[in-house]
Amino acid sequence: MSPDKKLKGSEALVAALEHEGCEVMFGFPGGVAIPFYDALYDAKKLRHVLVRHEQGAAHAADGYARATGKVGVCGSTSGPGATNLVTGIATAYLDSSPLVAITWQVRSDLIGTDAFQEADITGITLPIVKHSYLVKKTADLPGVVHEAFHIASTGRPGPVVIDIPVDVALGELAYHDADALDLPGYRPTVRGHIKQIRAAAKAINEAARPVLYLGGGVISSGAAAEVLRLAELRRLPVATTLMGIGSFPETHELSMGMLGMHGTVTANYAVHECDLLINLGARFDDRVTGKLKAFAPHAKVIHADVDPAEIGKNVAPLIPIVGDIRQVAAGLVKELEGMEWPEERTAEWLARIAARKEEYPLHYDEPSDGKLAPQYVIEEIDRVTGHDAVICTDVGQHQMWATQYYTYTSPRQFISSGGLGTMGFGLPASIGAQIGRPDKTVVDISGDGGFQMTVQELATAVSCELPIVVCILNNGYLGMVRQWQDLFWNKRYSCTSIESQPDFKRLAEAYGALGLRVTEKDEIEPALREAIACEGPAVIDFWTSPESNVFPMVPAGQEITEMIGGQAKGKGRRTS
Amino acid sequence: MKHTLSVLVENKPGVLTRVAGLFARRGFNIDSLAVGQSEDPALSRMTITIDGAEQPIDQVTKQLHKLINVVKIRDLEPKGMVAGELLFVKVSAEGEKRTEVLQIAEIFRAKIVDVDRRVVTLRVVGTTDKLEALLELLKPLGVLEVVRTGTIAIGRGRGG
Repeated sequence: MSPDKKLKGSEALVAALEHEGCEVMFGFPGGVAIPFYDALYDAKKLRHVLVRHEQGAAHAADGYARATGKVGVCGSTSGPGATNLVTGIATAYLDSSPLVAITWQVRSDLIGTDAFQEADITGITLPIVKHSYLVKKTADLPGVVHEAFHIASTGRPGPVVIDIPVDVALGELAYHDADALDLPGYRPTVRGHIKQIRAAAKAINEAARPVLYLGGGVISSGAAAEVLRLAELRRLPVATTLMGIGSFPETHELSMGMLGMHGTVTANYAVHECDLLINLGARFDDRVTGKLKAFAPHAKVIHADVDPAEIGKNVAPLIPIVGDIRQVAAGLVKELEGMEWPEERTAEWLARIAARKEEYPLHYDEPSDGKLAPQYVIEEIDRVTGHDAVICTDVGQHQMWATQYYTYTSPRQFISSGGLGTMGFGLPASIGAQIGRPDKTVVDISGDGGFQMTVQELATAVSCELPIVVCILNNGYLGMVRQWQDLFWNKRYSCTSIESQPDFKRLAEAYGALGLRVTEKDEIEPALREAIACEGPAVIDFWTSPESNVFPMVPAGQEITEMIGGQAKGKGRRTS
Repeated sequence: MKHTLSVLVENKPGVLTRVAGLFARRGFNIDSLAVGQSEDPALSRMTITIDGAEQPIDQVTKQLHKLINVVKIRDLEPKGMVAGELLFVKVSAEGEKRTEVLQIAEIFRAKIVDVDRRVVTLRVVGTTDKLEALLELLKPLGVLEVVRTGTIAIGRGRGG
């Protein structure tokens, strides 16, 4: 952009987004958004994906961000358009996903008058954003966009809202690309303190029973290679959180899978018995720790996180390290490389873990009703896609099975609403992920409940000709709530049976997608192959058993070793 | 233990809401909050007092620090600060009660800022303890209305 060109605010916003490297945004127009959409009409680099509901725009932008590591951008008109983004913004906030949400606002002089389609969106989103702006002057636009992208993507990433009154879009400014930041209160600590890193390295070197506990921070900081090196250097067994899935290859012998409520027996017992717990980029969430007082009772704790407020929030660590996980992990590797270490120090521990993996693999029973085991469907998806697909999910039983029975090997491969637990996330997130990663097979694993919350985005996927594969594990129930009712509420299945269900095959066809139905085991692979080969989106309706529950399970608030369904089962299907 | 936080924030619209909203959302209780422009017109300084026994002070300051508009936070040591607040109190002062009110006012170096036949309004500056003591003495005479600014505080010496 040539310096100081006269532009309208709306044109300047397009230029500023392009200057930040934004290639695609997801949005939906409306009255006060028209000037911006008019400017978009001439945009050369910035592509706009028209969603069918603004919630879909926020999730798609979030899915794009999680799949690529770039900032995801969504937009909406004022009032209801903006409030429809709220669930998506909260989803991004709880999972620290870099999102910029642009909302259009009524004219400045009408703000506060309850004007048509007016909503105080900066006020509404205050508790669920990393930061927000209400732009008052056209001249501020380029600087605000630059700051918003910087804040969203640095430190602990998160969503930023930019609310722009329509008159600001119509005003003029002398445009030049903004490259300066005026953020005196924002200086994330990136470099971990060397004294703390040395202390941590010493503790790792001396531990007899160490466990590496990896969270989403490993993925967002791009630290997978450094963490792999660290784990291999001292033979550290690895447990990941839901958000940390993919940060360490599950095919690796040191992988114990996920820990927590639906974690593996091996991972939960390892945490319970370890003498050193090394938390990199995780936050001791209640779904991981269960009863906090009984969590890792024998362990010294190292906790590294880029957000100082996470350190000491739930667990007081012996060795806190504030810093970017990639830098911290690289620092630990460097220190450890210079230390003597007898391999037999952890030999007994590793043997114990290996034996437990053998004895307590994840396993499931064949349903007695003759319907498909949902776990088997996911194992087949895993086999057919060769551990290499990007998997997006909704929230519930299918989500947990997707963590347990798919084998993740790389970061940004598993995209799921972990913190907020947002049903309806999967389909729009897979749209964003496929746009961000056209080279990958993208599979949305969903339930029949969550799928219907954002089903309208099938139209978006069809119009963008995205080859996503939507796999509905259709058991006719809101399965996870049913599971809790089954286990803890005397099988009183209140409001969890979805009695009137659309025909998902024909629904997909009505949208112009490929629709398939699978009721038999031997139909699974051919259906998956047909769906993957299809150039546009495909929906496969798998009829799975409502009997199947997610095990092992730690009841909420209990110790993580108190697992239902965690009994030994001899040799099972999977050992990691 | 009471903590007095001196918080330097950007002087921008909505910053007070962000701070107050954070306290509400995280379940932290504020005892008092006073805010005004600092020596730099671009920055405001807030004095926030909270009860350290009820809130994890470490979490409060760390969460505050995460607000983009918060530039600097100091947890002021009681010995290393000068603190005070301003209070107006309206006391009923009819007949012989009037002399007593005036005597108390003198002891506390309170200024009489308004007076009529029935009521005297005092203005007093001091630490929270001093103001509480004054109110305790005035209570039997009939305190009609109280308004106070909340504590403001500043570190001693050159340290900023």
